[in-house]
This record gives sequence, C-alpha cells and structure tokens, in this order.
Amino acid sequence: MPQADPHNQHLAQLYQEQSAKVLATLVRLLGDFDLAEEAMHEAFSVALQAWKENGVPANPTAWLISTGRFKAIDNLRRKKRIAKLEPDIQQLITDLEEHNKHVNQQEIEDDQLRMIFTCCHPAINIQVQIPLTLREVCGLTTEEIASAYLVTPATMAQRIVRGKNKIKRTNIPFVIPQAADLPDRIDAVLSVIYLIFNEGYAASSGNLLCKVNLSNEAIRLCRLVLSLLPDSEVMGLLALMLLHESRREARVDEQGNIVLLAEQNRALWRPDLIAEGVALVQQALATQNIGTYTIQAAIASIHAQSTTSTDWQQIIELYDLLMKVDPSPVVELNRAVAVAMRSGPQAGLEIIEGISAQGKLNHYHKLHSTQGELLARIGDLPAAIKAFEMALSLVKQIPEKRYLQQKLTQHKKTINDKI
Amino acid sequence: MQYILLIYSDENCWTEEESEACYKKSRAISEALTAQGKLISSAPLHPITSATSLRVRNGKQQITDGPFAETTEQLGGYYIVDVDNLDQALEIAASLPPAKKGTVEVRPIMQLNELN
Repeated sequence: MPQADPHNQHLAQLYQEQSAKVLATLVRLLGDFDLAEEAMHEAFSVALQAWKENGVPANPTAWLISTGRFKAIDNLRRKKRIAKLEPDIQQLITDLEEHNKHVNQQEIEDDQLRMIFTCCHPAINIQVQIPLTLREVCGLTTEEIASAYLVTPATMAQRIVRGKNKIKRTNIPFVIPQAADLPDRIDAVLSVIYLIFNEGYAASSGNLLCKVNLSNEAIRLCRLVLSLLPDSEVMGLLALMLLHESRREARVDEQGNIVLLAEQNRALWRPDLIAEGVALVQQALATQNIGTYTIQAAIASIHAQSTTSTDWQQIIELYDLLMKVDPSPVVELNRAVAVAMRSGPQAGLEIIEGISAQGKLNHYHKLHSTQGELLARIGDLPAAIKAFEMALSLVKQIPEKRYLQQKLTQHKKTINDKI
Repeated sequence: MQYILLIYSDENCWTEEESEACYKKSRAISEALTAQGKLISSAPLHPITSATSLRVRNGKQQITDGPFAETTEQLGGYYIVDVDNLDQALEIAASLPPAKKGTVEVRPIMQLNELN
C-alpha cells in the first residue's frame, strides 16, 4: 500500500477506527472469530477499490459489516463445497441471508461490549485475555502487541490463538453477562484494562521506545467501556488512570531517575487530565456504589489537588475504607505511609513492623524501602541502611535500583561525615 | 454442547451430616436438570480408597491400589450436562454443593465425529 496516497491513508485511518466494531458484529453473526476476521479483511479490500471509485459511504461501519456478511456467505458456500459433512454451514448461510441487512447503532455498540466481555472472560488465562483484548477490541496488530510486551510476534500469535481456541472449544458465549454476573465480569474487564495500563506505565520508566503506548490504549479502552456501560467502577478506574497519567512527565528526571511525589515538579503535571480525573471521581462517589478503583482514584485526586499541604487525615480515612472493600498488605503498607505523614515516622514504623511480623510482603522491596525511609527520618541511619540494602536485593526495575543506591550512598556519607 | 463437570474435594473434610446434605442437594439438582432436559448422567464416586490404578508398560499390566500420588483433592463425582454454552455449564457448576469446599473442573466433551 503506497503511503502517500491520501485515499489509502484515509482508508488506513478508517480501518483503525472501524475494524474492531466491524469485527465484533461479524463475530456475533458468524459465531466464529476466524471466519469473521477473514470476512472483515475481505470487506476492507473491497472497500479499497469501491470507495476510491464511488467515495466513502455515509455509514462506513454499516457498509463494511454488510460487505463482510456477503463475503462470509461466499466463503461459507466455498467451504460447504469442500467439506460436505458440515450440516451447520447451510444453516449459517440461511441465517446470514435472512439476517436484517441493516445493523443499527445500538446493535453495533452491544456487539463491542459482547466482544469485550468475551475477550475478558475469566475462563481464559489472564496472560491471554490481555493480548486478545488488545487485538480484538483495540484493533492492534499481533506485531504491535508483541513489541509492547517484548516477546516475539510468533509467541504472541500463539497466545492469541490459544485464546481463540479456548473460546471456540469451550463455547464461551458472545453475550453481555446477565445482571447477576455483571459486577464480577466488569471486575474482570477492569483488571485487564488496569494491567495494560500498568504495563505501559512501568515500561515508560525504562529506556524503552515502543511504538504502542499501552497506557494510552488502556485509557482509550476504558473510555470505550464507560461509553457503553456507565458503571461507577469504570469511572473510578478511568479517573485513577488519568490521575496517574497526569504525572507521567514529572515522575522521572532527565537522567531517568525516580522522583517521589513530594519532590515532583508540579508544573509538569497535566492540569487537563487532573481536572477530568477529579470530575470523574466526584461523579463515581456520587453514585454511592463505591469500589476499590473509585477509592484509589479518590486518594490520587487528593494528591493531585494538594499544592501546599496534603490532607493526610482524609487519605487515611480513604485507606481505611479501602481496607474494608479490598483488603491487602500493600494497601496496609500505603496506609502506614499516610499515618507516618500525619502522626510521625514512629507511628508508620509500628504498622510496618506489624505487616512484617505477619510474614506478609517480606519479599516486596517497597516494604523495606519504606521502612528505610522512615528509619532515616527518626535518625536511625544504621537500621535505615540495612533496610535499604534489603530492598536493593529484592528490586528488579533499574530506575528503582538507582534510587535505592542513591539513598544508600547518601546515608553512608552522613554517617562517615559524623565520624 | 456437552460438558463434564468433574468434582474434586478433600474427602476428609466432609462430616457425615455434610455428606448427607450434599447427596440430598445433588439429587435435587440432578432431578431439576433432568426435567430441563440438560442432564446426560451424574453420579458420586466411592472414596479414593476404593480406587485401583492400571498402567500397561512394555505389554505388562501394572495394577496398583489407589491413585498414583497423594493429592489434597480427590475426584468425588461427576455430571455430564448438555447446555448451550460455557456460562450455562459454569452456572450449574456454581450451584453444586462441593463447589464451596473443593473445585469443579468444567471440560467440554469432544464428540467422536469432531475427530473425523
């Protein structure tokens, strides 16, 4: 495809915008991912020629779905001739021919939602749900997903095939879950989105240049889910991601070193994202149906809005709420930091000792680095150094390693200067 | 589409009353599924101590008492159901009493004509 041709460029853009929608409806009509993909690609190649001659139709999505449907009927007829044993094929052809030619907007939207729930079905391994969603819902290519996750395209292709086979063999239905299952199934979708976001957020702190920005994909995907399903936790997650994203530029310095929240240059924060995130938090809180993402976003929104002093009391109360809704030792650790900020480092250290005594998080570097930080603040530098060394032995990410090494050098120097 | 629901749980963690209640509930579920035309077959299995394992190696039968390895959960029963999709099979699995104590493994059954 020659790059310079404006018609082809326009089509490439339409492909990006429309392919996921067209595919979702074709999957519903055909009941098969492979048949649907084949039909969608053929519809686009017909469009390449037809739209050049007659211009782009008023409703390209409907045009592509309709063309894909005809192409699928042709393909099925051909398959029927080759494999006579499949009685289902004739039924499918008949169904397709009888199917209403015009798919309405609501159906197209519902199909997208069905596609999201199918790709994020808990019966599929989470490591497969993620690339499947990026491919079938976000419309990324296998190569793009592979490069974002630093695996070969062949490995990624295998994972995606594994997912499609699971859907096909176990007959995972292409439906919007029933009301009773909906909260759990929305949770599954949200955790896929958040994992995609975090992968993108972590990757950018390394020296990686990646064609696909996973964080932006996750935000885009969450916006899509919110437009289709206005649930408070979807709002909460979108808010949380926007608030994190607002600080992207500020959280590492020019050398790629980590800059802690308190020391970040606030001029680098994105006020547009903060404003949108804060508004979404308020909207989510107003629903009275408050879940883990909304609470985390509410905490992030306090940080994002505090210019001179932070309301630590309010943050502690939100962590208390989070401990009720979604308890975990990591939440307990974050709460300990907030308590240290309100009541002094000793109070924080006592909570951390409690977490440590329960044997939780002893392999989590942040437990030890936080402990080191608080020990340094009460002036116990030898103990702080020990804690930072422990953290350093556990951490894997290079920027975090560098940060801990800086801390160690600094505290060792202080001790030496005193002697 | 047919699915087999394989029920695994720790045999030792059922009291006599619990077992009795489980059989009663399971029988009711089987009857309801039969009435809906969804049940192919279902049965509890005798305890793992009654199991015999057989392997044929180099043309020789090796017959041993019990299962090969000590596992925490044992196969205790099964259901074969005929439903439209995985979600419906999972819904039945979730209603089974042992799901609360052990694990229900849901597997689609391959039809012999799928093998060509």
